[in-house]
Amino acid sequence: MARRSSPEINAGSMADIAFLLLIFFLVTTTMDVDSGITRRLPPPVEKPDEDIKINARNILNVLVNKNDRLLVDGKPGDIRTLKDVAKNFMIPVFPDNPLHPGTDLKTIDLIGEIHTSKGVISLKNDRGTSYDMYIQVQNELARAFNELKDEMSQRYFGTKFDNLTREDEIKAINEAVPVRISEAEPENIGD
Amino acid sequence: MREVTMRVKVKLPTATEVQKLEKKSLVMYIYMGPPNNSALYGTESRIQLNDQFSRLEDVAEFIAREREARNEADRNFLTTSLKVHNETKMGIVTDVKQELRKAGAFRINYSTLKGQSK
Repeated sequence: MARRSSPEINAGSMADIAFLLLIFFLVTTTMDVDSGITRRLPPPVEKPDEDIKINARNILNVLVNKNDRLLVDGKPGDIRTLKDVAKNFMIPVFPDNPLHPGTDLKTIDLIGEIHTSKGVISLKNDRGTSYDMYIQVQNELARAFNELKDEMSQRYFGTKFDNLTREDEIKAINEAVPVRISEAEPENIGD
Repeated sequence: MREVTMRVKVKLPTATEVQKLEKKSLVMYIYMGPPNNSALYGTESRIQLNDQFSRLEDVAEFIAREREARNEADRNFLTTSLKVHNETKMGIVTDVKQELRKAGAFRINYSTLKGQSK
């Protein structure tokens, strides 16, 4: 009986192929990272007719109509200037000036006594407002607050708010610059 | 890596001031946008919960069920991620937000892409 040598597959390059496949999948797989603008909804109101009274000078009204046009404090506004308007509004002004929102004198750990603004930004949109516009407005308002936080953080801790690592420092800044965006109870208009 | 089949188109808007959503297991998703199959379902924006089109009234039940699925300690930290097509009208979004308020799901996240909007 003739002795046959058993056939063999040349497996020398197998490791290379496996390695290439590994690299290929590493590169093509994407983990989508979820990011977005985080907000907190207010709890439902028990008595819808009872409005909370806020001094008119403490409110900055921002309205977005169904054509995505802005009305800021009763005047036509522009998305490009909204951030600065909101920021100027929220900067605490002392001594008391009736053209600006009132201030509270607070004592905050690590910062000490500080005047904080009583200002509230009231945001209201129609049913026909596009989501894109709404997000842009939210984004601009968030930008105004973030810049204020950065400035406050720079002044007291010498670094940007994002770079703060200590829990108590973050808390102090958040207390000194409260993000107050109030969304009006929806009315069914402007479809 | 999505677990649900998309029934609606979701083209997210862009924003610069975004925060990352931290714990994925504590996030529930609500999708809103025009249906993928517009020949069959039209172009009006719809709500999608899990794998199917849903009505506004289903939102409360969806939240309750999602909450039930988490253990007790985590329930207060649940965040609702709203994935909404950028051309959707705010009407439907406001309605959903009202439902969330009623259901007690106060933490929400408007899902956006990071970047400069045009």
